[in-house]
Amino acid sequence: MSASPSASASPLHLAVALDGAGWHPAAWREPGARPNALFTAAYWAGLVAEAERGLLDFVTFEDGLSLQSSHPTAADERTDQVRGRLDAVLVAARIAPLTRHIGLVPTVVATHTEPFHISKAVATLDYVSSGRAGLRVRVSARPHEAAHFGRRTFPGVGEGGVIPPELAADLLDEAADHVEVVRRLWDSWEDDAEIRDAATGRFVDRDKLHYIDFEGARFSVKGPSITPRPPQGQPVVAALAHGPAAYRLVGRSADVGFVTPHDTAGAEAAVEAVHAERTAAGRADDPVHVFGDLVVFLDDDAATAAARRERLDDLAGTAYASDARIFTGTAVQLADLLEELSAAGLSGFRLRPAVAGHDLEGITRGLVPELQRRGLFRSAYEADTLRGLLGLARPANRYAATA
Amino acid sequence: MSKPTTGKPVTPGKPVKQIHLAAHFPGVNNTTVWSDPRAGSHIEFSSFVHFARTAERAKFDFLFLAEGLRLREQGGEIYDLDVVGRPDTFTVLAALAAVTDRIGLTGTINSTFNEPYEVARQFASLDHLSGGRSAWNVVTSWDAFTGENFRRGGFLPREERYSRAREFLSTANELFDSWTGDELVADQATGVFLRDARAGAFRHTGRHFDIAGRFDVPRGPQGRPVIFQAGDSDEGREFAAADADAIFSRHSTLDAGREFYADVKRRLAHYGRTHDQLLILPAATFVLGDTDAEARELAHEVRRQQVSGQTAIRYLEHVWNRDLSSYDPDGPLPDVDPDTTEHTIARGRASVRMFRDPLATAREWREYAEAHKLSIRELIIEKTGRQSFVGSPATIADSIDAFVQADAADGFILVPHITPGGLDGFADTVVPLLQERGVFRTEYEGTTLRDHLGLYHPRTAADPERRADAERLADAGQRADAERLADARARSLDGRAAS
Repeated sequence: MSASPSASASPLHLAVALDGAGWHPAAWREPGARPNALFTAAYWAGLVAEAERGLLDFVTFEDGLSLQSSHPTAADERTDQVRGRLDAVLVAARIAPLTRHIGLVPTVVATHTEPFHISKAVATLDYVSSGRAGLRVRVSARPHEAAHFGRRTFPGVGEGGVIPPELAADLLDEAADHVEVVRRLWDSWEDDAEIRDAATGRFVDRDKLHYIDFEGARFSVKGPSITPRPPQGQPVVAALAHGPAAYRLVGRSADVGFVTPHDTAGAEAAVEAVHAERTAAGRADDPVHVFGDLVVFLDDDAATAAARRERLDDLAGTAYASDARIFTGTAVQLADLLEELSAAGLSGFRLRPAVAGHDLEGITRGLVPELQRRGLFRSAYEADTLRGLLGLARPANRYAATA
Repeated sequence: MSKPTTGKPVTPGKPVKQIHLAAHFPGVNNTTVWSDPRAGSHIEFSSFVHFARTAERAKFDFLFLAEGLRLREQGGEIYDLDVVGRPDTFTVLAALAAVTDRIGLTGTINSTFNEPYEVARQFASLDHLSGGRSAWNVVTSWDAFTGENFRRGGFLPREERYSRAREFLSTANELFDSWTGDELVADQATGVFLRDARAGAFRHTGRHFDIAGRFDVPRGPQGRPVIFQAGDSDEGREFAAADADAIFSRHSTLDAGREFYADVKRRLAHYGRTHDQLLILPAATFVLGDTDAEARELAHEVRRQQVSGQTAIRYLEHVWNRDLSSYDPDGPLPDVDPDTTEHTIARGRASVRMFRDPLATAREWREYAEAHKLSIRELIIEKTGRQSFVGSPATIADSIDAFVQADAADGFILVPHITPGGLDGFADTVVPLLQERGVFRTEYEGTTLRDHLGLYHPRTAADPERRADAERLADAGQRADAERLADARARSLDGRAAS
């Protein structure tokens, strides 16, 4: 299985993380950034078309239930950065009919959403994209975001941006329950439940529809879904993880984990941690991809990339910092780095373009051809579904009676 | 708002009302005939694309999707005789925005099992992604049965459903209006992205929602989605008169339609609104034939497809609130009376609430069946879901136009019985006749759904200017002035939006 720790010669999987004008806070000020178009379908269609031209496995769409902020746990009132965004599931759905091969993975906040709605939304994204849907689940401990819903508070979260570990663990456990419900609902219809049997007048075989009867610490959900099982059976679930509690969520719930190693040792440790959690969760036989996240500034020569980063930092008024390693350089140098990190067991990478209007093309037109030359990346799409691109089989339905 | 007519003139001196037409994707009930060989998938996106493109080719105002958040059950089991299952409303509408250009996209979204912040950002996003074509049919629910699918559960007492719905909608409107539409500067040279550091700020404190913060989606092209309301009770009518742009009504006969139309439009003045600020759009089915006789024959056949013997028994159980599976659908009605204790037989559907006095309904149906010598199935065919329009294209065009000109409706939301091709014949044969008469557009004149429906684009928070004008003019009975003013305002606002 391609998802197990791989030899360095194995092909890599590549995804791009889309967020506004790009990941650098001053990205919108770069030539080609099109900041006036951020709230149009055409902007997103253009980015995803470019990613598909580069044969990438999938794109993720960042999202949250509050305005972007320069502060980790509080709102800000800045007017010099991109503020405002569109719902990620709807952006993905809007792009689906315009693309053919690339996976579409919107971000969903488990903390404040209904798993029943999320399950049918992502199932439907899978229908409108013919099997290319995924979801990236995240949690939110931001008190100001909770105030948008008025149903819970996070009093332990301080202005300093510190989230108490027990709260983080609790929210991640809740997210695992959320994903469990989403997944059970996807299986709540067997693939052949719709029979349209004119002879007996029955549209469905009700023995093939299943209550999920989930009861958890924070919610209970009865089922079945109102939406039949999606084309992939189980769309792809992804999560970003920086530490043990989040590795546990990936191990329990995800098909793809995004980790943020800064070197080979960090990559090895993250891969090992995820696989240990996977085993602990009783999923040792389920393939789980571990992708490394990197912010990228890509130019034809390293000095140009470094100068661009400096220019953006100057515009932003502060040096850009990230949870992920920040790469600045050429496509060849990035290919070297990806090769090196993949030797530690990462099966792919999710690249965060510092400037979407510049670094995405750096990936699709610079990095991809370089990886292809090295035999490390596909030269054509080999599958029709996201699971197919990731080498994940279509899973059996947990409720179907085995013959 | 009247447009130049291109077809044959109607009564001289009387303005021709323009008809609004919408297409309801065939739903999860027995109106939809799945057993027909032409019936396709109600889940696959290709069906939605076919349906939406047909409606857009015919210049319809909008597409309409219904919703139900739990599979229906009867007698403790999932109901399996009708179409079962549907995709997610928002997701389908966003995808359809990619394959259509002009047609409005109306989604039914429940105000009980959602939160205003999330729904508002979904509709605002859909409005951006569709270039101003979103609409929201606000529905309510109180049942614990559906609530079992949601983390919030089914705690809402029945009598509070409209109070929550109204507060939900007003809260969502506060969120839509928290951006005025001119905050985005995005000046790369000066580094000013937002003009206003507090863009999107809101605070709502009410009985059902106590929320505050900043909304994260800038104002969409329409400002707010077009608001539909579907309830028929007194409370529902007040809700519509106060807050809705259109009513999805169920009164499809001429007399009932006129009465409903007059009643609801009368209520508008109380809310400072003019006659044309609320459209009445009943749901209507149709059966087309080359001739009226052929259509009548087809209509009978469709009714038999819609109401099988099993379906008739199950439908009768809604009134009787009893297990009637031992009865012969081709035999007489049951002698036993309905069980009038708590309704337990059918869950997850709205129709059971239609029978407020089951004993009286049972008595009336028995008498009718005896008088006309009808079996259970024949009676149900007769008594439920009669087609609204049956006839040749000319007959149907005549009837639709007559309804609208007689103020029984402002147009119709058509519900075909075949997925996805059920609208094709109507688009090809009836629409051209309506266009010839000059009562239906031959081209879209605007780009947003508000443009199609003749609604102007709301500006900010309470629209105080607009409301004051409407109040003053409506009180004085100066409807023409109100219209002129509304037109002028809409034009000036459009100019503003385009700049």
